[in-house]
Amino acid sequence: MQSNPVTFGATPMHSQTERAPLSAAAIFSRAGMLPVLILFYFGFYFLTLYFSADGTSNFMTLDNSMNILRQTSINLVLASGMTFVILTAGIDLSVGSVLAVAAVLGMITSLPANFPNAALPVFLLAGLACGLLNGMLVAWFKINPFVVTLGTMTALRGAAYLFADGTSVLNMDIPSFEWLGNGDFLGLPWLVWVAAGVVGLSWFILRKTTLGLHIYAVGGNPQAARLTGIKVGTVLLFVYAISGLFAGVGGAMSASRLYGANGNWGSGYELDAIAAVVLGGTSLMGGVGSIFGTVIGALIIGVMNNGLTILGVSSFWQYVAKGAVIVLAVLLDKWRQQQQAQN
Amino acid sequence: MGQLVLEMRGIRKRFGATQALAGVDLQVHSHAVLALMGENGAGKSTLMKVLSGVYQPDEGEILIDGQRAQIDGPAAARAAGINLIYQELSVAPNLSVAENIFLGAEPTLSFGRIDRRAMRARTAEVLHRLGARFSPDTPAARLSIADQQQVEIARALIHRSRVLIMDEPTAALSDRETERLFEVITQLRSEGIAIVYISHRMAEVERLADRVAVLRDGAYVGQMSRAEATPDKVIQMMVGRPLGDFYQHGRERRQGPVRLEVEQLASSHIRPASFKLHGGEVLGLAGLVGAGRTELARLIFGADARQQGEIRVDGKPVKIAQPLDAIRLGIGYLPEDRKGQGLFLQLSAMANISMNVLPQHARAGVVNQRALLELSEQAITRLQVKVPGARGIVGGLSGGNQQKILLARWLAIKPRILILDEPTRGVDVGAKAEIYKIIHELAEAGVAVLVISSELPEIVGLCDRVLVMRERAISGELSGAAITQENIMGLATHLAAA
Repeated sequence: MQSNPVTFGATPMHSQTERAPLSAAAIFSRAGMLPVLILFYFGFYFLTLYFSADGTSNFMTLDNSMNILRQTSINLVLASGMTFVILTAGIDLSVGSVLAVAAVLGMITSLPANFPNAALPVFLLAGLACGLLNGMLVAWFKINPFVVTLGTMTALRGAAYLFADGTSVLNMDIPSFEWLGNGDFLGLPWLVWVAAGVVGLSWFILRKTTLGLHIYAVGGNPQAARLTGIKVGTVLLFVYAISGLFAGVGGAMSASRLYGANGNWGSGYELDAIAAVVLGGTSLMGGVGSIFGTVIGALIIGVMNNGLTILGVSSFWQYVAKGAVIVLAVLLDKWRQQQQAQN
Repeated sequence: MGQLVLEMRGIRKRFGATQALAGVDLQVHSHAVLALMGENGAGKSTLMKVLSGVYQPDEGEILIDGQRAQIDGPAAARAAGINLIYQELSVAPNLSVAENIFLGAEPTLSFGRIDRRAMRARTAEVLHRLGARFSPDTPAARLSIADQQQVEIARALIHRSRVLIMDEPTAALSDRETERLFEVITQLRSEGIAIVYISHRMAEVERLADRVAVLRDGAYVGQMSRAEATPDKVIQMMVGRPLGDFYQHGRERRQGPVRLEVEQLASSHIRPASFKLHGGEVLGLAGLVGAGRTELARLIFGADARQQGEIRVDGKPVKIAQPLDAIRLGIGYLPEDRKGQGLFLQLSAMANISMNVLPQHARAGVVNQRALLELSEQAITRLQVKVPGARGIVGGLSGGNQQKILLARWLAIKPRILILDEPTRGVDVGAKAEIYKIIHELAEAGVAVLVISSELPEIVGLCDRVLVMRERAISGELSGAAITQENIMGLATHLAAA
């Protein structure tokens, strides 16, 4: 989403001079994938209406919209971390496994025999530790991020099963963090608040801080970044650490929601997170993108999952539809950027 | 000069609010070299992209052999015999020379098998014609930039090119390689090919061109024969005003005490080098491409690992292990590869300019955007950078404006020592003169400046003292009246007498 002004405005040149009259094309180019999200939302509404037995649809009700937000929240948290990593032209395939490790360790901590009140910090620290491991391997040992996180994805998946001893760790009595997955605050689920907080924090770091600009710089041109005195290694360590930390947050969210965890938790989540980031227009080549785009991307996936389920589409077809939409949406985005470049 | 092969009439092209081409006429003849000159941003590249089918003109027509032609894509241009050789070469490094030349147009046998024998034979024939020193089987990765350029020219010849457009072909070549390229161009001209040659270098144009066409601000300014095209006249047509003394000779400068001392500094790429640089001095670092100039600069700046030696700033030994250490000492380094090592092309002018001074304009890591905007706008005004605004991305700017943005980044640190590696490469005359002026102003303000350049007139015109490198070592020093192109070349090559 080149059009979304990055920290110091990655605004296309002409939007400066032509800001006054916002043509339809200009709105489209600035809004990125937002129109696609709106199209999907209303599209699913009409589809559920059309296919419903009694001529009504509850897709657009407040309840269901809340459902969509709740279902999107964990992916949005993971995708926020992923945005940092992808902005540096990296990738973090391990987020699903990190989520599982964090969830299992946190749940074990919460058992009455252990330290029920320390569960929440354990979720976060476990995620952070896994992220730091990724970061050190990428930044200090200079191993390709795909390889590093492919390795940790596999190894940490195994570790999660081992920690859980091959079964599920269940605990219905989790007062210290039950609110996170099941409570509401001001009429909104805490899950949504936490996701919004993570997004807000990410936005702040990326747009307002020195570190944020350094992330864009490292992703855009690592050689120039080094010659500019940017500590490239520290920046890389940070992005993998924060991705791990957010995966830990995701682990806490899912464990709390379901009062349990097992080694299989979060498998495949990395793909949804990457899909949300890419749908949001962040370039896999690094240096271009925004957290706003990631929010839109995650919501598109959320609306689609929810709508297809309400329509009663089988989960097999849901996979097919999701994959197709991701590729089509990115194709559309590419075409849009070409149009933009032509003008 | 042969007959008229190609004619462009009233070509107009608009990008958003920018009128890139405002009605350009151009005639291209066979058996001739047409030099196309103009400042960066004047519309040369856009015009050539229209000609090669990359862009469609909004208005105007293109005639080939007097017939109206529709060039609606690069393939159509190639079919019409028009080939463009880009500034940035596009050779696939993992393929052989022959494979590169036939890429996308491989001769085939039955069942889609590639006819490698024909491919190699035809490649060998074209390479022979060009006098190339590599074989069809050489992997492209092993070729120098100059050789890669020959591969591109060979590709054009294989496609029976009638019009060959070269966009600043000598920008990355050494003098010797440039010489070889000129021979090839002369040969192609005698074979009847029409050549459009885009360059900023007056000396090349004087030597090669049969005619000179000048563009300014997207408009066609004039065309003349080589005899009429005196440097003064061409420059005046390009910038629309006389430039005055290009290198600003005779400016008074007071040299301060020694600012930078390098002693026996060496790495795996550089043999031990020692020199002194004074405050208020412009010291040139000359030599052939590959002589080790950039490597020496990177060593001082902490970008590469050193093996031995000492660096002193203001007489005190300093430790420079990474670029950040150098920056903290007030040392700036403008790299020679602007796009590859300097700019963040997807970021705004403001981000690019302020990247080195973020900590000074941030509180607890939170950036003061207003201060940065102000700083950037001041720099943009001071260096006369042509940008729509400080928030516009730099990727779309012309070479001269990009270079000024990069220079502004280093000026922002208020450098005490500034190393400029090819500061005017790929920059038009107008911007060149402005960059020279900035260099002089910096020296007058007491900054110690080290300029690396492959353009001898630039070194001679700009520097108070010149170090010459040869084969990874400093081979001599020149100062005062001894700074002449001949003396520099003598020290830079084996013919050294000094």
